[in-house]
Amino acid sequence: MLLTCPYCGPRDVSEFTYQGDGNRQRPAPEAQDLQAWNEYVYDRHNPAGDHNEVWQHSGGCRSHIRVTRNTMTHSVSSAVPARGDVHHRATERRKPGAKA
Amino acid sequence: MAEYSALSLLRNALSGNKDWKPAWRKPAPKASYDVVIIGGGGHGLSTAYYLAKEYGITNVAVVEKGYLGSGNVGRNTTAVRSNYLLPPNTRFYEHSMKLWENLSHDLNYNVMFSQRGVLNLAHTPAQLDDYARRGNSMRHQGVDAELMSVAEIKRLMPSIDVSASARFPILGGLMQPRAGTARHDAVAWGYARGADRRGVDILENCEVTGFLRDGDRVTGVVTSRGEIRAKKVALAAAGSTGRVMQLAGIDRLPIESHVLQAFVSESLKPFLDTVVTFGMGHFYMGQSDKGGLIYGGDLDGYNSYAQRGNLPIVEEVMAEMLALFPSLASVRMLRSWAGVCDMSMDGSPIITTGPLPGMYLNCGWCYGGFKATPASGFCFAHTIARDEPHELNAAFTLDRFYRGAVIDEKGQGATPRLH
Repeated sequence: MLLTCPYCGPRDVSEFTYQGDGNRQRPAPEAQDLQAWNEYVYDRHNPAGDHNEVWQHSGGCRSHIRVTRNTMTHSVSSAVPARGDVHHRATERRKPGAKA
Repeated sequence: MAEYSALSLLRNALSGNKDWKPAWRKPAPKASYDVVIIGGGGHGLSTAYYLAKEYGITNVAVVEKGYLGSGNVGRNTTAVRSNYLLPPNTRFYEHSMKLWENLSHDLNYNVMFSQRGVLNLAHTPAQLDDYARRGNSMRHQGVDAELMSVAEIKRLMPSIDVSASARFPILGGLMQPRAGTARHDAVAWGYARGADRRGVDILENCEVTGFLRDGDRVTGVVTSRGEIRAKKVALAAAGSTGRVMQLAGIDRLPIESHVLQAFVSESLKPFLDTVVTFGMGHFYMGQSDKGGLIYGGDLDGYNSYAQRGNLPIVEEVMAEMLALFPSLASVRMLRSWAGVCDMSMDGSPIITTGPLPGMYLNCGWCYGGFKATPASGFCFAHTIARDEPHELNAAFTLDRFYRGAVIDEKGQGATPRLH
């Protein structure tokens, strides 16, 4: 299976780390809604067909990539930078002045 | 008289083997049944068998989208064991082991159950301590377990590399002597025949495409061979659980479907008379009666409903095999294949009533479903017949995740990669 990294081009799947379902929404840290936490931690859509998922090019440029991949055929229809959700949120959490 | 006996073999041999009955009928679907079981694999068939045998419920159909045994019951690596740490799992799998020990006799069908032992290798002192703890937990619950020294392991498997210069030197292992292997196809066929002879209709090439509903209540299934009404609809679809449940409007479960590959080598002379697992990484291997080495390793690691995997895992599994048995470097791989595993978020199964009225759910087998086949059917049949779980599957609920009552063998937290 090849995944096309938006920065590095097509690479073997062994260069990437799978980070799972891209639809999960982490509740705010102070959220008290147990059902929402339960859904975030345990429940999955697990579709047979197009799956929105996050991969990291951990053996390459290390960027996070949002991939749409068909779970019946393994064909990838889209692979775009995950910047804007994964990347940005990580930046926001960083303390001012912390090392990158 | 039993259908298969020395006498019946002799009689049929003398008559040219023309009088054998098919092991199961090919009936047309009836308009309605008391119970419809979705999934004609090991668990669905054993559920039907125990429903008929233990609970007298024989107006049952098993609907299977392909041919009988075409899913995971024919795709696993045939190991049977009950070497678990946590009591709910140990009790359940040990009950399964006891059913395995009498299964050929019970079914009058030789499932070739061979108690050749399963040995987990340890490569670090901490791992050996952990195995000792698990072994003690097993023995405490009446399950056999023995710690083995390196010298004992070498005596058992002369071909294994126990040298200190190995990449991951072996420090010992945990053996369950009563564990072993069974012929997986025979298990499916034996249960199918046993259920069929008690009146269960096995409907092959009958794919569920929807559910009949009366409000929330499930009242039957729509299939590629027509509508079938049922008082109770039970799902035992393993890797396809997510697909089928979406037809019922349940679009979230604590399950992901992942693909697991398995391999068989060319036939060898007797080489390995136990099942062995590698403790650094993930690899397990046994040898079939035909002589092929049957082995496998980790999941491919991404969501998949395709019954095929990718090459990186092939390479990894081979590397792990050679780390243990360098002498196998010249042995050729004969075949590889893959099955779709219903990976639950704590590595333990789900056997429960619901989640909709009129429905019963059996899933979350990760990649341990084969050894569970007898107890899974036994407990699921009880759950369906009595509308409440057997004490052996009382902990395997769907809401245990929400209640914080997960059964997490490794104490690893929520991930779909446990087993």
